Amino acid sequence: MQVPAPFEYRRATSVEEAIDLLGELGSSARVVAGGHSLLPMMKLRLATPERLVDINDLHGELGYVRVDPGEVRIGALTRHRELLESDDLAAVHPVFRDAERVIADPVVRNRGTIGGSLCQADPAEDLSAVCTAVDAACVIRGAGGTREVPMAEFYRGPFETAVGDGELLVEVRVPRRPRGSSAYEKVERRAGDWAVAASAAALWLDDDGRIADVRVGLSAVGPSTTAVEGIAEALRGREPSEEAYAQAGAIAAERCNPVADLRGSVEYKRHLADELTRRALRRAVARCRREG
Amino acid sequence: MQVRLTVNGDPVTAEIEDRLLLVHFLRDHLGLTGTHWGCDTSNCGTCVVWLDGEPVKSCTVLAAMAGGHEVRTVEGLERDGELDPVQQGFMQCHGLQCGFCTPGMMMTARALLDRNPAPSEEEIREAISGQICRCTGYATIVRSVQWAAAYEACRAEASRAEASRAEASQAVGSAS
Repeated sequence: MQVPAPFEYRRATSVEEAIDLLGELGSSARVVAGGHSLLPMMKLRLATPERLVDINDLHGELGYVRVDPGEVRIGALTRHRELLESDDLAAVHPVFRDAERVIADPVVRNRGTIGGSLCQADPAEDLSAVCTAVDAACVIRGAGGTREVPMAEFYRGPFETAVGDGELLVEVRVPRRPRGSSAYEKVERRAGDWAVAASAAALWLDDDGRIADVRVGLSAVGPSTTAVEGIAEALRGREPSEEAYAQAGAIAAERCNPVADLRGSVEYKRHLADELTRRALRRAVARCRREG
Repeated sequence: MQVRLTVNGDPVTAEIEDRLLLVHFLRDHLGLTGTHWGCDTSNCGTCVVWLDGEPVKSCTVLAAMAGGHEVRTVEGLERDGELDPVQQGFMQCHGLQCGFCTPGMMMTARALLDRNPAPSEEEIREAISGQICRCTGYATIVRSVQWAAAYEACRAEASRAEASRAEASQAVGSAS
């Protein structure tokens, strides 16, 4: 039987209370939201917090998707199912729905949250790559106030984020820019498995239909989910074309750093980084054009 | 710690260890062994119960987290002595062989039909994609859920027909 090591369970009933509790408990405490990353780690003793602060009662405060003219704001406790089912979100950033369709399975998606996924900072996790592609920023709140951290700074490395002791991730903000779209492509061995590799791409066109900007985030092919450098520089100002996608794919394959494991060899994963980046860009461009 | 929750409509209060998982609370403390305990890693789905109406994997939920909430288990599917149509479907279409995955499959199927009364085969397969039948009886599980959907559609039709008969009788003043 797998059970977590003993800990003390605490429950927060408001964001204020959660932050007070976390401040009081310091590094001995971990936040539990959906629990589908943390509890399995606790069962394996990979995580042994002395105290757990349950924030599920904060869903009224932190469970929302708000699509404003300039940005999309997603509450940290928004569950995967809610992200999947949000038509407003899919209309402006379809990459979220693409990814949510293939994150874990429907029952796990009823429980897991965007905040939990990002704070887990597993390099094979999907939403970190998605949020990287769409240039999201994370809003972190502590006793001293609120700060906004871009994904590149939020993700510090495998299982490490910018969220400090006594702090709580409360919101994810995604900017909206005109003539843009996005897509997510993932290869997994079976339903619900972690990615063998995945690529999230967001792309914006200029008035002439040329590529104005592009961002690609990869998952499961290295310790980092930060944006692949060099792709934007290589593609800006060019017509969207198979040649451009191929060049982006080649950069993705070269810059990623996969390890061989049961899911595949290094060569196979580099091949996927290339191919999935091409597919994601192709789909993002098709979506851009469809929306005019 | 003390936990208070509702299980299958009944209030429950218990003294538990903070680290107790919901699946063990249901089975070992309440004797509700209809919920099965399988892989312990939220992969197999045999431990699926409802938490506030949503299917969840109870091996990955703390009993403490269910405090103040409503849990429904496979024992709570039957209403007034009548098996739920999903349970009847599993009987009619041989939806179980060894029966180990069955409680989780039925809880997920019931939740699916409550949201989508006429799911396609693909939608049924997607709904149970986080659940494993090691007898590999997926075809009959899907058929069982389809049976339940068809049964409920027919029953709704029959009840409409019954209402129409009553209305017609009233309109012409005949005894109904």
